[in-house]
Amino acid sequence: MENPKAHSRRNKLIALIVAVVLIGLFAYSVQDWHQLWKIVSAPDNVPIVAMLFLVPFFTWLGIKQAIQNDHLIGDLETDPKLAKTHHRKVEPWRPGWAKELHVWPYLVRIEFLAAVIVTVILYVWSITLNAPLEEPSNPNLTMNPSKAPWYFLGLQEMLVYFDPWIAGVVMPSIIMIGLMVFPYVDSNPLGNGYYTIKQRRFAVGMFGWGFLMWISLIFIGTFIRGPGWIWFWPGQTWDHNTVVFDRNRDLNEIVAGWGLTFLNSQPWKAIFGAIVVGTFYIVGGLFFHWLMMRGPFRLRYLRSSSELRQWATTPGQFERKLLANTSLLQYLTFQFFAVSVLLAMPVKLFLRLVFTIKYVWVTPWFNI
Amino acid sequence: MDEAKDQKETKQLTGEKTEVGLVERAKETAGALKERAVEEAKTYKDPQQTQVWKSIFRVSHERSDPRNRSLAILSNVFLHLHPAKINRDAVRYQYTWGMGGITFYLFIVLTFTGVLLMFYYHPSKILAFRDILYLEHDVPFGKLLRNMHRWAAHLMVITTWLHMFRVVLTGSYKRPREFNWCVGVVLLVLTLLLSFTGYLLPDDQLGFWAVTVGTNMARATPLLGHEGPFGAQLGLTPYNDVRFGLLGGSIVDANALLRAYIWHCIGIPLVASIFMAVHFWRIRKDGGISGPAPVMLESEMKVPKKK
Repeated sequence: MENPKAHSRRNKLIALIVAVVLIGLFAYSVQDWHQLWKIVSAPDNVPIVAMLFLVPFFTWLGIKQAIQNDHLIGDLETDPKLAKTHHRKVEPWRPGWAKELHVWPYLVRIEFLAAVIVTVILYVWSITLNAPLEEPSNPNLTMNPSKAPWYFLGLQEMLVYFDPWIAGVVMPSIIMIGLMVFPYVDSNPLGNGYYTIKQRRFAVGMFGWGFLMWISLIFIGTFIRGPGWIWFWPGQTWDHNTVVFDRNRDLNEIVAGWGLTFLNSQPWKAIFGAIVVGTFYIVGGLFFHWLMMRGPFRLRYLRSSSELRQWATTPGQFERKLLANTSLLQYLTFQFFAVSVLLAMPVKLFLRLVFTIKYVWVTPWFNI
Repeated sequence: MDEAKDQKETKQLTGEKTEVGLVERAKETAGALKERAVEEAKTYKDPQQTQVWKSIFRVSHERSDPRNRSLAILSNVFLHLHPAKINRDAVRYQYTWGMGGITFYLFIVLTFTGVLLMFYYHPSKILAFRDILYLEHDVPFGKLLRNMHRWAAHLMVITTWLHMFRVVLTGSYKRPREFNWCVGVVLLVLTLLLSFTGYLLPDDQLGFWAVTVGTNMARATPLLGHEGPFGAQLGLTPYNDVRFGLLGGSIVDANALLRAYIWHCIGIPLVASIFMAVHFWRIRKDGGISGPAPVMLESEMKVPKKK
C-alpha cells in the first residue's frame, strides 16, 4: 500500500501545478492589464472582489467542519454502543464540565472584540479608499455601461436572458418566496444545528447551486459586461465601438426552418412555446427527482461502468426515507421553484449564449 | 462639657461678652467643617460607592460570582437581549462566524454615520451634489464619514449573505426556526433596498443611471407596469403605473430624490428595525442559537406511518 501522507502530498503538488498553469494561462491571455486593473480597482467593485475570496474561504470553513461531523456520524453509526454514551459533538467535552457558560464575560467579550475588529477594518478601508463620486447627474448623457450596484448586477445580467418583467420582477419575487419556503419544503429532520454534508447532500447542494449562480451572474455583470453590455473576456479592452452581429432568433423560427413553416405564425407560435415550456417543466422535474434520489457518489464509480449504472438507477436507501418523509405539497412546491429558478436560469443562459436563441415561447402578450 | 457649652450659649443669647473672640470661634467652626469634609471625601475615593453611581449601575462588577455575572446581563437594557447563560459550545466562532451580530453592529454604525451625514445634506436637485462636494472638501472628517457610510453599507450586504450561508450550512432554518428564517429573508431584502435607495442620494451619474436602470424594470411589472404583460390592457401609462409611484414622476428627478431620501433615512430603517426586533426576539424564543448541536443519526430518523 502507498503511504497516505505521500499520497496527499502528491495530490497537493498536482493541485498546485494545475493552479499555477491556470493562472499562467490566464495571465498569458490577458491583452489589456490596464483595463483589468481598472475594473478590479473600481472602489464599488471592491466588495465583489472581496466576495471572490470570502465565499471560498467560508465554504472551506463550513466544509471542514462538515467533514469532521460526518466522520463522527460515521463512527457512531457503526458503533451503536458508542452512540449511546458519546456526547455527539466534535467539540471536546469531559464529564464534569459545566454544560453552560456565563454570557458575561464569555460571549460579551467576543462580541466586543468583533465590534472592535470591524471598526478597525472600516477605518482602514475608509481612510485608504474613497467612495466613488462621478459627474453630477445628467439625464442627457447616458453612462455606458450603466451598471446597477454590484449586488443587483445578477438581476441586470438576467435582463440579457429574460424580458424585464421576468428578470426584474418575477424572478426576484420567486427567489424571495423560494427562499422563504425553503425551510418548509426541506422535510429532512437531520442536520439541524451542525455542519454536515452527508446527511443533507441534496439540500446543501441545491442552495449552493443557487448561491453560486447568483455570485456567477454578479461576476459576469461586474467583470465581463462592458460598453453596450457586450461580453468582453477579463483582460480584453472595453472597446466602445465594438458591434456584435448576433443573429438572435426565437426557438420557433429555428424549428420552422426545418420545414415546419406554420410555426412562423400565431397561434402556432404560442402553442409550440407552451409545449416547449411544459416539456421543460416535466423534464426538469424528472431531472431533480433523479438527482434527489441519488445515493452518495464515489469517485471509483467512474472506473467501473456497472457500479456507475447501479448508482444512477438505484435510489439511495436514505434518500427513499427522505422522500417518504416529504408531503406531496412540499415535493411539488420544491419542484416548482427548483425548475423555475435553479434550472431555467442556466438553461436560458446556455440557449442564449451558445445557440443565440432569444425566446422559447412567443405569444401576443408576453415572451419567454 | 455640657455645662460649659450651656454657659457659652447663654452668654451668646444674653449678648454678654465671652472670653473667646469672634475669630477664634470662626476658626473653631472651620476646623470642624474641614474635619467633616475630609471624613466625607474619604467615601468619595471609591466612586462606585456613591449614590449617583449606584443609581445608574445596580450591579457591582467587582465580584464575579455567578449571581453577579447573570445580573450583569439581566439588569442591562443593552445586554438583556442575551440569556444569562448559553451552551458552552455556542461561543465557538468557528461555528457561528458571528456574521449576524456583525450585521447588526454595521446597522448601528450606519445609523450613526447616517445621522451625521443628514446634518450636511439637502435632498434637493440643486443642493444634493454640492453637499457631497462640501462634505468631501470642507466638512471636518466629512470624507471619512461618507467613506465609512459607503463601505459599511457594502460590508453589511456581504455579512448578511454570509450569515445566511452559515444558517443554511448548519441547517439552522429547520424546526423550530422556520419563521425566523423568513423574517431573515425579509431583512435581507430590506438591506438591499436600503443600500439601493442610498445609491441615488449623491445625485451623481453613477447613482442616477443605476437607479434609472433599476426602476426601468418596474415599468415591466406584470399588471402594474405600463410595459409589462397586461399593463396596457389595464389602462396603465407612464403616468400612473408602479414606477410612477416609486419615483414620484415619470423620470428620475427631484421627487425621486426626495422619495429615495425618505425611504432611505426613515421608511426602510423603521421597518427594518421592527423586523430586527422580531428576528432577535425569536432567536431567544426559539431556544437560542441552533448549535453546535449534538449530531443525530440516520437510524434515529422516524418515518411517519402512512395513514
